[in-house]
Amino acid sequence: MAVKDYMRQRFLPHIWCAGCGHGIIMGNMIRAIDQLHMKKNDMVVVSGIGCSSRMPGYLDFHTMHTIHGRALAFAMGIKMGQPELNVIVPMGDGDALAIGGNHLIHAARRNVDLTAIIMNNSIYGMTGGQYSPLTPTGKKATTAVYGTDSKPFDVAALAQGAGATFVARTTTYHVQEMIDIIKKAIRHKGFSLVEIMSQCPTYYGRKNKLGGAVQIMESFKEETVKAGSKKAETSPELIKRGIFVQEDQPEYVETYLTLTEALQKAAKKQPGEPQGGHHE
Amino acid sequence: MKSGTIFIQGNEAIAQGALYAGLQFFAGYPITPSTEIAEILSEKLPKLGRKFVQMEDEISSMCAIIGASLTGLKVMTATSGPGFSLKQEAIGYAVMAEVPSVVVNVQRGGPSTGMPTGVAQGDVMQARWGTHGDHSIITLTASNLQDVFLMTVEAFNLAETYRTPVILLFDEVVAHMREKVEIPKPGEINVVERLRTSVPEGTNFHPYLTREDGRLPMSDFGGVHRYNVTGLVHDMWGFPSNDPKVAYDLLHHLVDKLENKADLLARYKEHYTEDAEILLISFGSAARTALHMVEQRRERGLKVGLLELQTLWPFPRQLIRSMCEGRSHVLVVEMNMGQVCQEVRKAVIRPERVYLANRFDGASISPADILNVLNMIRGKGV
Repeated sequence: MAVKDYMRQRFLPHIWCAGCGHGIIMGNMIRAIDQLHMKKNDMVVVSGIGCSSRMPGYLDFHTMHTIHGRALAFAMGIKMGQPELNVIVPMGDGDALAIGGNHLIHAARRNVDLTAIIMNNSIYGMTGGQYSPLTPTGKKATTAVYGTDSKPFDVAALAQGAGATFVARTTTYHVQEMIDIIKKAIRHKGFSLVEIMSQCPTYYGRKNKLGGAVQIMESFKEETVKAGSKKAETSPELIKRGIFVQEDQPEYVETYLTLTEALQKAAKKQPGEPQGGHHE
Repeated sequence: MKSGTIFIQGNEAIAQGALYAGLQFFAGYPITPSTEIAEILSEKLPKLGRKFVQMEDEISSMCAIIGASLTGLKVMTATSGPGFSLKQEAIGYAVMAEVPSVVVNVQRGGPSTGMPTGVAQGDVMQARWGTHGDHSIITLTASNLQDVFLMTVEAFNLAETYRTPVILLFDEVVAHMREKVEIPKPGEINVVERLRTSVPEGTNFHPYLTREDGRLPMSDFGGVHRYNVTGLVHDMWGFPSNDPKVAYDLLHHLVDKLENKADLLARYKEHYTEDAEILLISFGSAARTALHMVEQRRERGLKVGLLELQTLWPFPRQLIRSMCEGRSHVLVVEMNMGQVCQEVRKAVIRPERVYLANRFDGASISPADILNVLNMIRGKGV
């Protein structure tokens, strides 16, 4: 199917600025879903608040636009409620790492089968260009007039440390790589996190004199390197792209369902046994 | 679930009521004095093939039940004051997106960390206005464990009927005392199931288009209708809108669907009210003391009665107004600084006759506390 066939065209045009990277990510997410031949009725897209979080509204899936930072918590309820559904959670850098940081590390720790897409444009765009926990040190924002005063998170390292079983990074410049990574992330059984470096020419670009969308995307090409490549060894200052973690671990909901089945089997064997234990 | 008579704690009566009503998903976080609800359900739900999860915090517990409700499940979370504060933004989301959900708040002393093991009824206004913006919400309470069970079932029924979060506002004494509870047989009490749309696949389904009878049939996530859910002001498709007309209609719908049904939603009990010259109004564990007081004074020939409220919100204004008419005095008995008393004064014809007997120090209100006020208003001195 064409990309537009996955979109609710009555709700277009979208709200994103000219040159914003989020449309590239949405398009590639659709291409990944299409290439995986996934059924629309099996897909849920849940977001929080921010520019990135407006994505679900445009998509012809089961969609939910929730409150700031909590998308993964809503997604947790959906995944436990209907485990057969594929749940994708697009989030912005502020949404996922500042207000939503706690939910991110716990979703990773549980290894619940959700696909988190972090659309990292290094800024709060919706509110007009404030700095986020992913804004690089020293960069400017409307609340960092003299430059940011602290280090950003390394999302990939954070997710890995929290127990995510699939961790990857790519950029809006590397579209084929992005499609390939999103496909693998969706197919992965367990918590998968994909950080996608995206451009915000309107705020981040302008505040930091980075030029327009094309210049920022070119900087993604120049400032990143494929993990495991020769260049990565010789230029350690470059940001690494690629899949950093991909491992099989027990998935949360599957483990829970195995427990409930075992408990129900045991209860059937002893029909006289009251279900409430000592409480009754 | 087994029917029959059991001797249990209040928090277990909540758990039993929820299971009877068909609870399928519970998410929670430990907090005194409601923790036992989570403990009991963590044991029972997996055995029934249903879902339990202890989330990372109070906020995510509320969010998780909303997500699970949209997949078609009956859902609940339980907490106390500080946790109830944390849940408010997500409760507002459930109001706005019209997601059936049940939130238990076993009240303790506040504000802030307050008195975790002390009894209080100080969250009456928070239940009504805790989340921001104009809205309406249903809040139920009870004074004994049989009614705790029944009101819990009722909470699920009303959540499904009106597509709204329902707050179960109990207190520490009711939640931690033990009493005999009769668990009814399946079918003995009405259990309302989710109203799902009959719109067939391939035909447009409008998730926020109200039916003629005021109800909004739902479609489960994963079903044949794909739609958008948002906390933004939205149109009948569930898509964000900035149109003042859309906003006006939506807010009216959200408020009117409950406030216009206040009489229908009023759950209450009358004790010796028929010939009462003095009417006591109370709820929760304070109503137990008030009833004791009424029975004691009746023995001495004083015509006093008790109206026990079980629906706190929407406030049963008409009921209060008509019940208070013609009484010499009205005495509101509650364990806060007059949250229900204020509402009673707003509702009645002669607010100057409404008095307050209260306590807010973490101790249960005693018959003497009520008697002191009663004597004072009868001109007998304290």
